[in-house]
Amino acid sequence: MEKEFKLMKGNEAIAEAAIRAGADAFYGYPITPQTEVMEYLMEVDAEKRTGMVVLQAESEVSAINMVYGAAATGHRVLTSSSSPGISLMSEAISYLAGAELPCLLINVSRGGPGLGTIQPSQADYFQTVKGGGHGDYKLLTLAPSSVQEMADFIAEGFDLAFKYRNPVMILSDGALGQMMEKIILPEQRPRMSEYPDWATNGTPEGKERRFVTSLNLLPQQHEMVNIRLQEKYRAMEAEEVRYEMIECEDAEYIIVAFGIIARIAQKSIELARAKGHKIGLFRPISLYPFPMKEITTLAENSRVKGFMSVELNAGQMVEDIRLAVEGRKPVGFFGRLGGMVPTPEEIENALYKEFNL
Amino acid sequence: MEAKDIIKPENLVYQKSRLMSDATFNFCPGCGHGVVVRTIAEVIEEMGIEHDVIGISPVGCSVFLYDFYKFDVVEAAHGRACAVATGIKRVIPEKYVFTYQGDGDLAAIGTAETMHACNRGENIVIVFINNGIYGMTGGQMAPTTLEGMKTTTCPRGRDVKTMGYPLNITPLLAQLDGVHYVTRQAVHTPANVRKLKKALRQAFENQRDKKGTSIVEVVSNCNSGWGLSPKAANDWMVENMFKKYPLGDMKVDGKVVMDMNLPR
Repeated sequence: MEKEFKLMKGNEAIAEAAIRAGADAFYGYPITPQTEVMEYLMEVDAEKRTGMVVLQAESEVSAINMVYGAAATGHRVLTSSSSPGISLMSEAISYLAGAELPCLLINVSRGGPGLGTIQPSQADYFQTVKGGGHGDYKLLTLAPSSVQEMADFIAEGFDLAFKYRNPVMILSDGALGQMMEKIILPEQRPRMSEYPDWATNGTPEGKERRFVTSLNLLPQQHEMVNIRLQEKYRAMEAEEVRYEMIECEDAEYIIVAFGIIARIAQKSIELARAKGHKIGLFRPISLYPFPMKEITTLAENSRVKGFMSVELNAGQMVEDIRLAVEGRKPVGFFGRLGGMVPTPEEIENALYKEFNL
Repeated sequence: MEAKDIIKPENLVYQKSRLMSDATFNFCPGCGHGVVVRTIAEVIEEMGIEHDVIGISPVGCSVFLYDFYKFDVVEAAHGRACAVATGIKRVIPEKYVFTYQGDGDLAAIGTAETMHACNRGENIVIVFINNGIYGMTGGQMAPTTLEGMKTTTCPRGRDVKTMGYPLNITPLLAQLDGVHYVTRQAVHTPANVRKLKKALRQAFENQRDKKGTSIVEVVSNCNSGWGLSPKAANDWMVENMFKKYPLGDMKVDGKVVMDMNLPR
């Protein structure tokens, strides 16, 4: 089949990819900088194209609970929002994880705390990979660093969500949502025609009825549920780690960065290498599960002298890098806050300063 | 007639719906919940739609609905039943979806979800239990708690100057164009139970005929929360609750049919 190319905004790519992934429903609420997702779905008439339901809810709270309902019926459902909206959704995200319902969540994140700014930020790293809502749960989290990946992670995200019966989060940012790049459009997949056995979509004749809940009043029972959830998370950690290594083969210093900032850091290592410094880039693609072992292996390599985490926040992922490095090598940090994005030269200079190069 | 004759099938005058499980109700003896729960099951059984129905049980005394029914049930977060129902109904519009919500759930924490689902005319059935108190958490003030009524969070009685007025929410919902049917019933006498059953049947038939939102409010008791015996609780309900929340149809076939004592 001939490939289809298109110049698109990241937010538009999410929407187009959702239609093409055979999504059954999108429930959302407008918030900058991700508003184009629902606008695009309405504009191209997703409902006419595939029968996909697109509905504007009265709040993020309502949108995510609509997601919960559709997910309970075994349908492919997604929502997208930005940082303050994700905070509002966090209650239901915990319920989704507790009730083991698959769905796709997208955070086109912006600077916080509070109303913050509409400019790009990665300050929701902790919220996404360490919890966000209440209870011991994990969101399988993918971090795209291009408009192409914004599109590609949609179908992949749905598949992972159904594989593990768990919500999947795509953690992007305002820059990726707003910037335009040429992408290869994913192929159109059919919508689902059969639904999982656990789905509460009306008990078929002769079958046991189903129910969806995250409630267990007996602690003995609820501990078993939690143990099962933890086993599932261990399986994700064994199976779903995704990352990219750029020029790490001979690298003495390694920049670790995810999402949009990894794109900028790629230029930084180019600049540094032109001056004779052996710098590599390690890009975690799955933020949970985090590529722990891979970073540990790099830290154990005698050639590698240090790491520097570059983030659009005050230093969040750097804590996971330090857990992986376990003190074997120095781990530095450079970040810009509140919606500011560093230039490649700023990152380059921060690296020289950190390691006296 | 001897016992061996009484138990013969031809002498059977009443049995629980086959859509009810054998689980023990968690409702207090004398509470109206159990009657409403089984009446819903009877209507679904009589309509023969048990393979096409999904119930939503949010937080409150309604939360264990999935234990009692032998059809599909989804438990929802506190207040979110109408949003969850919307999410379900929109992807499987050919199925029957109903919510079962208390006054705290529907008229306090879930007011926005309720109001907007009704305003969109979601083709669902909302069963609303109004007993003027938070039963599950042990008897705190509800939005529907009457003026002067004592609860654990208004132990000297609800003072409307600082705690707000009893929220008479169904007449407000009845005014929304998306809402097709609103009725207020009770279950303290056999005659009222029969009326409730008729109302529930009407509501599910409205959904079958794609009419929009149908709301069946049941003014009920909470003898534990009110600190009264079942009989005294029912008497108190008739005396006080029915004054603020009078029984009857508010909207039929999309037309407001009665001035339901709109909040002043």
